[in-house]
Amino acid sequence: MLSFLQSLPSPIAQGMIWGIMAIGVYITYKVLDVADLTVDGTLATGGAVLVVLTTAGVNIYIAMIVAFLAGCLAGFVTGLLHTRFGIPAILAGILTQLALYSLNLRIMSARANVPINWRMYDLIVSSRTDVLPKTILICAIFIVAIIGILYWFFGTELGHSVRATGCNQAMARANGINTDSRKIIGLIISNGIVALSGGLLAQFSGAADVNMGRGAIVIGLAAVIISEVVFGKIFKNFALRLLGVVFGGIIYYIVISIVLKLGLNANDLKLLSACVVALFLGLPYWKSKLSHKKAKKEKKGEKVNA
Amino acid sequence: MLEIKGVYKTFNPGTINEKKALNGIDLTLNDGDFVTVIGGNGAGKSTLLNMVTGVYPVDCGSIKIDGIDITNLPEYKRAKYFGRVFQDPMTGTAADMQIDENLALAARRGKMRTLRNGVSKKEREEFKELLKKLDLGLENRLTSKVGLLSGGQRQAITLLMATMQNPKLLLLDEHTAALDPQTAAKVLSLTDELISAGNITTLMITHNMKDAIRLGNRLIMMYDGKIIYDISGEDKKNLHVSDLLELFAKASNGEFANDRMMLA
Repeated sequence: MLSFLQSLPSPIAQGMIWGIMAIGVYITYKVLDVADLTVDGTLATGGAVLVVLTTAGVNIYIAMIVAFLAGCLAGFVTGLLHTRFGIPAILAGILTQLALYSLNLRIMSARANVPINWRMYDLIVSSRTDVLPKTILICAIFIVAIIGILYWFFGTELGHSVRATGCNQAMARANGINTDSRKIIGLIISNGIVALSGGLLAQFSGAADVNMGRGAIVIGLAAVIISEVVFGKIFKNFALRLLGVVFGGIIYYIVISIVLKLGLNANDLKLLSACVVALFLGLPYWKSKLSHKKAKKEKKGEKVNA
Repeated sequence: MLEIKGVYKTFNPGTINEKKALNGIDLTLNDGDFVTVIGGNGAGKSTLLNMVTGVYPVDCGSIKIDGIDITNLPEYKRAKYFGRVFQDPMTGTAADMQIDENLALAARRGKMRTLRNGVSKKEREEFKELLKKLDLGLENRLTSKVGLLSGGQRQAITLLMATMQNPKLLLLDEHTAALDPQTAAKVLSLTDELISAGNITTLMITHNMKDAIRLGNRLIMMYDGKIIYDISGEDKKNLHVSDLLELFAKASNGEFANDRMMLA
């Protein structure tokens, strides 16, 4: 038990970084109502850009900003494919993600894994035990800042129009909102945040890997769903919901570390994640089916007006 | 003010599902006209509205508003000229957003959306006054999600949103059809009030022939993508439902007996 508690800071820090990623997923999946698969590629792009720039001697904060912008660009491309090429959002995201795989290898000069050593560079986060408290603090600062900015943005006229687009496109257009441009804006913000978290993750794990983003969307969705199940009833405010998503990421990683401690093969993790997410995505559907059946029974054959 | 000339629209051309929805529409609306539109299912009423607002492009013909050609303008760009209320109460509002946020979205129709606050304090007070007039108790629920409201309440809010900037043209697409009779009557009288208060030019589709006769100064009947009857002024006031049914029977060769129009 004691050893488990002692090992907690690491999954907490990791969960916080993935929680930032999950905020990005929340913006597309919940606010914009689009399942954006670009993020699997964007996360690695963020990591790759950060590591390559930092090892080339660029200041770590500037490298973080560039990683963020690279993510924004990826989101922009998905947005263009979706709105200007008329490709369904899911497929548009898959296309960008695929293209990013090659691009990420280009960024890393054809290496699949580029390490970054904390001894040689001023990294702001790391998984080393002695700096874990500092890592958690820095992640917390990032989270508070990101949530603050997003809370402000989605309260502005422009932010309102993005939310309206995600909620009801017919209504948005009837009120003069260019829904195409709003979708692009949402995708840009989301992927920028995901790339930023990729930059943090690369520092944390000491390397950028071309496969580091594989399944990121599923982990992001898991965090979103966990937060809905656990905090859905108490966190109503938008800022609190985003915070709940971060908590969702942390819970996810604590659970994963427990499962691993119980002796599960690390290779089976993705299977487990997929099953858990599928289960929770299915729950509301089954629930509505069940209540529908109930309603039918209660009406006893009475015709229900559509 | 609204000038529609020779508009045609065919859906799914060249397939077995081909549907000639509009078959040469010519219609001119004068400032302050309140036109009611009747016609059976598939007559092209909704398509006509969707052409005007740009939901679909026209095949040919032109649409002008106050002399400005809007035929090829995308939907969101011409939205500033129109206020719209749809048949489905869910369509006109954003369910996950608050009442004040919905109203603020409509208050910015046709304006730049910037990084300023989405709803200003001053606006909140104005919205409260507007909502008070509805007499639905909504003035105290400014921050409630619209999705929590009833269909009638949502339609009333959509009406406010559609009329709040005094649009050049108000387009109502059977906006009371999905409501219970009592609520429908209330929303309809609110509609009439708002239209006469702002002297708003209006095009209202309805299935209720009594309403079509009672409201507005002009009535048009559509059949098979064409306007087959256009009557205004004193002649319209003296119309009876039986006259309309007769006209409709003539146009449709007796098909009308199966039609929803009979039920209205």
